[in-house]
Amino acid sequence: MNIGARDLFLISPELALVALAIVVVAIDLVVRRKGIVIAVAVVGLLAPTIAAVSVWNDIRTTGVEMAFNGALVVDEFALYFKFLTLVVLALLFMSSSDYASRFQPFQAEFFGLLLFSSAGLMLLPAAGDLITVYISLELASLPVIALVAYNKAQLESTEAGLKYLVLSVVSSAVLLYGFAFLYGATGTLRLVSFDPGNPAIGHMLINGDPSIPFGGVPVMVGIVLAVAGFGFKLSIVPFQMWTPDVYEGAPTPVAAYLAVASKAAAFAVVLRVFYSGLDSAATDWSLMFAVLAAITMTVGNVVAIAQSNVKRLLGYSAIAQAGYMLVGVAAYVGSGVGARSGAELGIESVLFYLAGYAAMNLTAFFAVMAISNRTSDDTIEGLAGMGRRAPMLAAVLALALLSLTGIPPTVGFIGKLFLFNAAINADLVWLAVIGVLNSVVSAYYYVGIVRVMYLREPDSPARISVPPHALAALAVAAAGILVLGLWPGGLLEVARQAALDLL
Amino acid sequence: MLSVIVFLPIVAGLLVLAFGRTQQMARWIALAAVAAELALTLVAFVGYDTGVGGYQSIERFDWISVFNIQYLMAVDGLSVPMVLLNGILGLAAVLVSWSVKDRANQYYMWLLVLQGAVMGVFVSLDLILFFVFWELELVPMFFLISSWGTGRREYSAMKFLIFTFLGSAFMLAAMLTLYFSLPDGERTFDIMALTGHDMAGLLVPTGVIFGGFLIAFAVKLPMFPLHTWLPDAHTDAPTAVSVMLAGVLLKMGGYGLLRINAGLFPEQMMDFAPTLAVIAVVSVLYGAFIVMRQTDLKRMVAYSSVSHMGFVTLGIASVDGSGGSLSSVGMNGAAMQLFTHGTITGLLFVVVGLIYERAHTRHIPDMGGLARQMPLIALGFMIAGLASLGLPTTSGFVAELLIFLGTFQVFGLATALAAFGVVLAAGYILWTAQRTLFGPRVERWDGLADARPVDVAAMLVLIVPIFVVGLYPRVLTDVFEVGINPIMTGFGLAGIGG
Repeated sequence: MNIGARDLFLISPELALVALAIVVVAIDLVVRRKGIVIAVAVVGLLAPTIAAVSVWNDIRTTGVEMAFNGALVVDEFALYFKFLTLVVLALLFMSSSDYASRFQPFQAEFFGLLLFSSAGLMLLPAAGDLITVYISLELASLPVIALVAYNKAQLESTEAGLKYLVLSVVSSAVLLYGFAFLYGATGTLRLVSFDPGNPAIGHMLINGDPSIPFGGVPVMVGIVLAVAGFGFKLSIVPFQMWTPDVYEGAPTPVAAYLAVASKAAAFAVVLRVFYSGLDSAATDWSLMFAVLAAITMTVGNVVAIAQSNVKRLLGYSAIAQAGYMLVGVAAYVGSGVGARSGAELGIESVLFYLAGYAAMNLTAFFAVMAISNRTSDDTIEGLAGMGRRAPMLAAVLALALLSLTGIPPTVGFIGKLFLFNAAINADLVWLAVIGVLNSVVSAYYYVGIVRVMYLREPDSPARISVPPHALAALAVAAAGILVLGLWPGGLLEVARQAALDLL
Repeated sequence: MLSVIVFLPIVAGLLVLAFGRTQQMARWIALAAVAAELALTLVAFVGYDTGVGGYQSIERFDWISVFNIQYLMAVDGLSVPMVLLNGILGLAAVLVSWSVKDRANQYYMWLLVLQGAVMGVFVSLDLILFFVFWELELVPMFFLISSWGTGRREYSAMKFLIFTFLGSAFMLAAMLTLYFSLPDGERTFDIMALTGHDMAGLLVPTGVIFGGFLIAFAVKLPMFPLHTWLPDAHTDAPTAVSVMLAGVLLKMGGYGLLRINAGLFPEQMMDFAPTLAVIAVVSVLYGAFIVMRQTDLKRMVAYSSVSHMGFVTLGIASVDGSGGSLSSVGMNGAAMQLFTHGTITGLLFVVVGLIYERAHTRHIPDMGGLARQMPLIALGFMIAGLASLGLPTTSGFVAELLIFLGTFQVFGLATALAAFGVVLAAGYILWTAQRTLFGPRVERWDGLADARPVDVAAMLVLIVPIFVVGLYPRVLTDVFEVGINPIMTGFGLAGIGG
């Protein structure tokens, strides 16, 4: 196998990210003022961003490129997620520097681990074969296990770390087992191939037995096991059990990272594996995803109602939101709109929603983090009177919650509109109806938090102040909610270009 | 023009929030905004050319071009009176909340945003845009009821939110299904284009889509048995919000029934008309009987709304062609009732609010002889009450007369039963007036002041349209007729005067 300069150029964003991680940890050894470490981490993100931009420029002229003999596919779809991860990471760093100061003297390692994990997340959507999927997934997960347990003096945090470790390992094993079946059935691990002599998995599936789902028992077992393995990362029912526990126990920035960046990459890899690798079995898996979507959003929303801890509630909310996004994944078939095919509608609705979901979920997590930094209280009751104590934080948190509910003119509404559009286009009217009814259920607990913030008397009259860099991160995320809600066209077009590369 | 009408209150709301640091500042900015808004809506109303008819002042831009979702606003004869109504009630709402002190800037901000959102509902002619404004209105309502209300305000605000949200969930599903049912290339959310479009061969039976819209509008109107949120919301809302709720928010339901259910699905509407007539009669009578046993003034007015909105439903149901003669009279009456009930019940809530502000009770048995202490308020109450029971020379008479004229030939029995509701209304209005305003002087209320100039202004804003329309109904009927006629064409018959 030859590794050329071209290959290195194509993964330069990830290389830059890993280099940055090492620099951040190294600087920490020599620099006394910790503010500098964080500044380096934030500004340093420019390096992978510039690398990603130059790769993107290149790709647009040369078209989709394979790197490392097909192990990686560098296309606009993969780049969409690289940019998303980088933006999320930058905002996360800016907002969590306050929170991270409690991790002294291991603050730099905290950022370092996040950077290593992100490199894995950026590789995932670019996976060209199943081995890359597995390795990137491990690269993304292992640092997170340490991060979840980072509040090591806290019992909940270490417990959450252990839970994440065990379930992560089990899910990886299941995933690998599934991949083994797929390899056994098809004789290849390739998801994408432009070489007729060395075809991809999808091509090998075509001549299956139509009477058996997915065309054969080994393939069926492989796919079911793979979905179970991915289901853990996506936190879809019935693989969601860990989500609320880990979100509650993990440091808040890590919970936000899991909820947003990690979930986005998980959806990306599922789209890559199923839409480009296993598209020939689409009619079978789209029904499976439709059923999972219905169950996931319903369970997430109904159980969320009973929660009293904000982070736990956001955990269940993340499960429900994953259910909505699965609606888009399930919407493969269908005639499409205008020049867009049905599958395109499905993918672009998921991509759009993931960006919107990042904006609204980050806003929610940042606001909760800023408040609980001062109050040391993660319960919903702890938010009482925030409308008076922290008017700006309460207002943006309310905006994020209304957006998660799906009330216009926010991105949550437009995003759901696109998802349900894709579903109805794919003849899944029943799924869209379950989706809109779920939004009604979710209104109860999302608005319930708003109610506590504005209608309960505060415990103390002290105002809550937010450091300027955290406020900036919050402002960017909150602006995203409104801007994408009012002018969704631009991002949708970008999402469409990314979607086209997958089909 | 229409965009200005929609966004002026919203922008003014943000200005109030930013600059209304004192109560004085906040209320004057708000007053200036609603006064300007009323002027604009009057211009729009007068400027609507009934000779030309159809949709006017069209503003059309692409919003989300992939799905052909447009920013499309226009008014026709049906919506332009509703726009005016919203302008009138916005002014009354600000005047009647002149003494709000608690977080005045936030209060007026939400009130103005509410007005803007409702404006948006009435002028949007793209289904998605319509839906956006329809949902947007929930947020200010939730905050207004829950933060500035009384009694079980949080419960009521949440109940209002969940009921409406549930209704609109069905509406959204219906919209999207309708859209994807059309052949590619013809897909649109444009109500103008969809009116008159052949609704055969949809993804699901057309009746199901019709039902999705119907549920949303039935919750809002409200129709029995989906009305239970209304008395709670009304009772616990601050006065101005009750005024807006009764005055324009319920009208969104009636407007939706006329514009979408009748306009887009005439065939299904005709099939469903008998059922609708039954629901209407039940709403009218059930509402009226429940009013009888209320001891809370606001609850009383709230249930009377359920009863009066039943007339709207009845008027719309008159399009059932099986009885032979099909005319637009009933539909016109329904549209008229939307407008007149808005002003009349708005006035009732203003008066009830003024009494409550002074007496700090709404318990009817505690009152009596209030006409002695507050003659002006009592006069306002009597005007509203008499208009509400349909006294000739008031607008209430015109609307109900038209509805009965229109429906009698189609549903004789239902009309007779519903007319009994008018008798009941006369009973409960006069009985309530007697128990609260007249009778012997109650010493306990001796210290109470009568209406201040600002309160008189609030009442006058609503009294004027009641008499103008009562004495010269054509000012409205001519406009509504222009709006209703195209809808009637869908029923296979052009309108016959009204």
